[in-house]
Amino acid sequence: MNFEWSGVWDAMPTMLDGLLVALTATGIGYVIALVLGLVFAFMRRSESRWISMPVGFLVEFIRSTPLLVQLFFFFYVLPLIGISVSPLATGAFALGLHYATYTSEVYRAGIDGVPQGQWEASTALNLSTRRTWTNVILPQAIPRVVPALGNYVIAMFKDTPQLLAITVVEMLGGAIAIGSETFRYSEPIAAAGLVYLVVALLMAWVARMVERRYGQVRV
Amino acid sequence: MTTTNGEFITFDGVHKSFGKNVVLDDLHFSVGAGERVTLIGPSGSGKTTILRMLMTLTRPDRGTISVDGDYLYHEKSGDQLVPASEAHIRKVRSRITMVFQHFNLFPNMKVLRNVTEAPIHVLGTPKDEAEAKGKELLELVGLGDKLNAHPSQLSGGQQQRVAIARALAVDPDVLLLDEVTSALDPEIAAEVLDVLRDIAKSTDVTMLLVTHAMKFARDVSHRVLMFNEGKIIEDASPEQLFNEPEHDRTKSFLRSVIDES
Amino acid sequence: MSSGLMSFIWEGLANTLLLTVFGALLGLVFAFIAGLGRSSERKWVRGIAMVYTEVFRGFPSLVLLFVLIFIIPTFGFQLNPLIAGILALALNIGAYAAEVVRGAVKAVPPGQLEAAIALNFTPVQRLRKVILPQAVVAMIPPFTNNLIELLKATSLVSLVYISDFTFAAQLIRASTGETALVFFGLLVGYGIIALVFTTAMKLLERMAARSLGRTVPSGLFGRKEVAA
Ligand SMILES: Nc1ncnc2c1ncn2[C@@H]1O[C@H](COP(=O)(O)OP(=O)(O)OP(=O)(O)O)[C@@H](O)[C@H]1O
Ligand SMILES: [Mg+2]
Repeated sequence: MNFEWSGVWDAMPTMLDGLLVALTATGIGYVIALVLGLVFAFMRRSESRWISMPVGFLVEFIRSTPLLVQLFFFFYVLPLIGISVSPLATGAFALGLHYATYTSEVYRAGIDGVPQGQWEASTALNLSTRRTWTNVILPQAIPRVVPALGNYVIAMFKDTPQLLAITVVEMLGGAIAIGSETFRYSEPIAAAGLVYLVVALLMAWVARMVERRYGQVRV
Repeated sequence: MTTTNGEFITFDGVHKSFGKNVVLDDLHFSVGAGERVTLIGPSGSGKTTILRMLMTLTRPDRGTISVDGDYLYHEKSGDQLVPASEAHIRKVRSRITMVFQHFNLFPNMKVLRNVTEAPIHVLGTPKDEAEAKGKELLELVGLGDKLNAHPSQLSGGQQQRVAIARALAVDPDVLLLDEVTSALDPEIAAEVLDVLRDIAKSTDVTMLLVTHAMKFARDVSHRVLMFNEGKIIEDASPEQLFNEPEHDRTKSFLRSVIDES
Repeated sequence: MSSGLMSFIWEGLANTLLLTVFGALLGLVFAFIAGLGRSSERKWVRGIAMVYTEVFRGFPSLVLLFVLIFIIPTFGFQLNPLIAGILALALNIGAYAAEVVRGAVKAVPPGQLEAAIALNFTPVQRLRKVILPQAVVAMIPPFTNNLIELLKATSLVSLVYISDFTFAAQLIRASTGETALVFFGLLVGYGIIALVFTTAMKLLERMAARSLGRTVPSGLFGRKEVAA
């Protein structure tokens, strides 16, 4: 069997459908990761060890175990506890949860990076805790975390092929579907690889631009 | 004191600029074998650049530098001068070494190994011989009891003394010292300078020194060069230069230096 | 659980560890070649190293695995699946670790290189005796992250029917019908392996730091507590 470039081209329409699925999963997952990560970060900073310790443990646990197994876990277990959602939704959630453990570390580093003096100054000005966060700490912490957060979009996008394991047809899944009809796997898989590579490099380029614009802010 | 024995180190028409900043322009000077020459001058006048060029850490844009008749950055090919090969540079460089302002000891080696590594692996000295000499040198700089310490466990003054021993261990013909006490507290600096004074007295190594310690410069050097804006504006014996400087710029510079040696 | 199923688990675990360890070793080779290549004096070496890191960081590891298993044979190279798995994982993790190598080498203070030149070390000696021993110490903590990422990525080979830990769990799930328990147990299993690796790397980190005469604060996760 040899490699036919025309087969790569023929797979492109399916790839575009798959790309849409991959981007949807990435987009939804990313929003979950951003929000949940912040929640984790706050809970880990909690003064109560009953909150900070278990959350810290959970975050470490999720982060050091495979996304693929987590996908299987939610895919099979959610229906058992009466939650039936689409595989894409399950996948986006698992992706978001997995990466929330990464973003929480980023937030934490960003918040820790705000000098202690800023807290003290806020206390000296008698600002409420909420105001200290919204007006002093977060505005300084966020610019620091933008570049790292941007990189996780790309990482998440590159993890979307794993969703094929729970029947989501993104690009690699689409390629395999074509293969099972035509009995030629190489060309559609090459097509999937190509699109993943191009889109990931494009995202990396955009992230670099964003970083150049917002990441430079120094306190 | 005897001074110049011919021209051992020669800078000939050396030019160096960093971007638009012309640091050295058409510099000519030479140093005799065994001579100890101190370079003084205001910050940014190019003193460090000169030492770094001799150490092959900074390449001149134009001109030649030679040591004992060998060009540093050029080789003779027939009667043409061509850019030197790495092998040629290494050969000439083997006669030169440098002590830095910030010591630059290797943190991954203990004190004795910092001193013996180059003799063993560059000069090919047998290990036991290199270690015996290393211990002797560390003894000389007053650190005979720190052979197995990590550099990070030493004070700045001790680190600099190790760096001096490390430089002497490769048996250089030319020793470059760039503000070796500027990063040290005055009292510690004085100790290091005392070590250097002793060494200066007991060797015939050619030395180029940059220092703000004027009393020390006067004690050890045969000649002092005053730099300003990349040019030598005064070249005299220390007695002459420190007691009766000719140039107004030298006078004002000397007044501005707070001497801690 | 029957002993037949148990033996699946042991085989799967062994393959997962094999993939991780050999993937890490081969990845380390790629990382050092590419990471040092990025600061080579030769332009084409820099170019190749850059293309490698950019491409393989932009390529999903699962897609890479499929490429090695499905496409490469069409060009006449038949790869043993386990070897293909190790290669795919190593190419991927090596590209990330190459950035670690590059960063750590760049972070060695320039004065160290200058001192090595002043002592007339050869370029190879400068790298081997001065730069790398210091850079490696800085590489270990990020390498720990790379290693855990690699461990996680090994589970992908189950999708191409290599009998790793995850694949074994799938078999057990299929034959026992226990779903939640099997996958939860599998997660815990990976968590324990990760903990073992992390602990070993922490020890290595402490040993390496000692070689520079530094000490690392103890504690498993080595992170400082933050007061709110
Ligand atoms: N690597 C470099 N890149 C750009 N400019 C440089 C570099 N090295 C030196 N310079 C510039 O060259 C000029 C001379 O520097 P040099 O370090 O030789 O001065 P110096 O006489 O040793 O001063 P100081 O007494 O402060 O040590 C300065 O203007 C400096 O900014
Ligand atoms: Mg200087």
